[in-house]
Amino acid sequence: MLAYLVKRLFQAIAVMLAISLIGFAIQDNLGDPLRELVGQSVSEETRQQLRDELGLNDSFFTQYLRFLGNAVQGDLGTSYFFKEPAVDVILKKLPATLELVFGATLIIVGLSVPLGVYTAIKPNHVLAKVIMGASIVGISIPVFLTAILMIYVFSVEYQWLPSYGRGDVVHVFGYWDTNFASLDGWSHILLPSIALASIMLPLFVRLIRAEMMEVLQSEYVKYAKAKGIHPFRIYFVHALKNTLLPVITVGGVQIGTMVAYTILTETVFQWPGMGFMFLEAVNRVDTPLIVAYLIVVGFIFVVTNTIVDLIYGLVNPTVNLARMGA
Amino acid sequence: MSLLSVRDLTVKFAMRDQTVTALDQISFDLGKGERLGIVGESGAGKSITGFSLMNLLSRPGFIDSGSIQFEGEEIAGLPDRKMRSIRGNRMAMIFQDPMVTLNPVLTIGQQMVETLQAHRRLSRADAEQIAIMKLREVYIPSPEERLAQYPHELSGGMRQRIIIAMALLLEPQLIIADEPTTALDVTIQADIMELLLELCTSNMVGLILITHDLGVVSQMTERTLVMYAGRIIEAGKTREIINDPQHPYTQGLINALPQQTLPGHRLKQIPGNMPGLAAIPTGCAFNPRCPYAVDHCRSTRPETVSYASVEVACHEVNRLHNTVLEDESA
Repeated sequence: MLAYLVKRLFQAIAVMLAISLIGFAIQDNLGDPLRELVGQSVSEETRQQLRDELGLNDSFFTQYLRFLGNAVQGDLGTSYFFKEPAVDVILKKLPATLELVFGATLIIVGLSVPLGVYTAIKPNHVLAKVIMGASIVGISIPVFLTAILMIYVFSVEYQWLPSYGRGDVVHVFGYWDTNFASLDGWSHILLPSIALASIMLPLFVRLIRAEMMEVLQSEYVKYAKAKGIHPFRIYFVHALKNTLLPVITVGGVQIGTMVAYTILTETVFQWPGMGFMFLEAVNRVDTPLIVAYLIVVGFIFVVTNTIVDLIYGLVNPTVNLARMGA
Repeated sequence: MSLLSVRDLTVKFAMRDQTVTALDQISFDLGKGERLGIVGESGAGKSITGFSLMNLLSRPGFIDSGSIQFEGEEIAGLPDRKMRSIRGNRMAMIFQDPMVTLNPVLTIGQQMVETLQAHRRLSRADAEQIAIMKLREVYIPSPEERLAQYPHELSGGMRQRIIIAMALLLEPQLIIADEPTTALDVTIQADIMELLLELCTSNMVGLILITHDLGVVSQMTERTLVMYAGRIIEAGKTREIINDPQHPYTQGLINALPQQTLPGHRLKQIPGNMPGLAAIPTGCAFNPRCPYAVDHCRSTRPETVSYASVEVACHEVNRLHNTVLEDESA
């Protein structure tokens, strides 16, 4: 187990190094930091002097090592716009995004399993065909369009739900602002969560259905029938457990992807999270913030994937984590 | 009263453009505690016979007509809820490949306990006690520890023993074993067969052994059905069929056994292949491969007749027998 963890840790470090290199390369090539710092009314001589002082004339590799050294200490540069450390800016926005992803995940997990199982068990039923048809539509419509349509229907026409912002958030643990502690918070997070889930949910329904249909053809399901086991137990114990193994692996990657998808959802709903912040940073050419965002999202990706792999090892008896380290 | 009585069982498969007949008017009986072998090449309909007895034909297969009486009760076309109370309880099945038969994510204990609890009101602890007892009967070492293990932790032979133990859990009247040793090592095959034979005799359990191995049939069973292209072409006491086969197909099968060939000679095989279900020849289905076929065989389907203490479906059985006798006297 420990050997496996160490191995995973080294993999994670390798991935983070690659991400940081890409992030740094962007920073190094995107815009001129001097222009951001001093404007245009400074002589070329002073500029060169400043360049030397800031180390901008050093080789790419030296600069990257310096960037890496700072990054390890939690310093990803200072945002041009906020005049604050980029990491602090992101950490302030992080809870909003994570709550949005969490809300969408709840919807996806809660709905994809029953819908996927149902469409696999009764593939020819009219309702199953409707679900499968709707899932194609769901996958095909871009997130921002779904979001705008929902705002139009639920906020503008019927005025049931608010169309932007987080509403009343409750401050918990001295750091975190949560939407899940007040009714107003719930009403604000509902539409953005649905919008964010609108692509992944159909994907998962289809994935679970396909896996389940394959599992239902297996010998051990046939054998369970031959033992006289009740169909409910066959579907939800024998088949579902085997179905979910590959789904968990894909799911881990998708949670990471969803963090990235929040850019669209947050922008449409003016949700004060990192995605919205990232788009603003791009508009302002706030390079340190852009790079910091990429690195933080990369970090979230690596962490969720590692956790998912560990869960997979716990759920699947044929995976022996202790032996995988060797 | 016989344990199982099958009459004119016909199973069809509804394919996209046509319906093919997989079992054609199969009839046979099985007494209490009797052991019956079903032999034939792949595609003859052996496994389909086994699955239709359990009413477990997977789509597009279905029982078209005929009757299956089990302990005096008609079970062909029984609703699934009622059939479920028979499956695993009064009639158990042993599948071909133990490597894929057990569910990989459930422990041996869970899979045994659920079988018991599906048919009896038992606490988990009581069910586990029965499971341990049955595992002991199939000579599984330290059965208590096995309950907590997953299938992948056990060898193929061990898994098939466990599956046999599972079949015996509820003391069924009939066990259908579909090629139970085909997927196992040759060294273990004999052990498993011996175990199955021992348990069936000591518990008075009826056995239907589906196999392509005539050697196994001769050791294990009292009566044998030989199937070809969805029909029973020869049926009778195993000893009679092995020693004095009447149908040219059965003769071919027995001549093809390695023991029937002198060392250094080529094995005698039956020319050609079993026809596909969609292209069964008219007349006798075996006629294109039969060395004795005459015009009659190509046009009219032979009925089953009694001949020399077996039931055989061959027009020319009379002539055939005489020729063989002449050969021997010459």
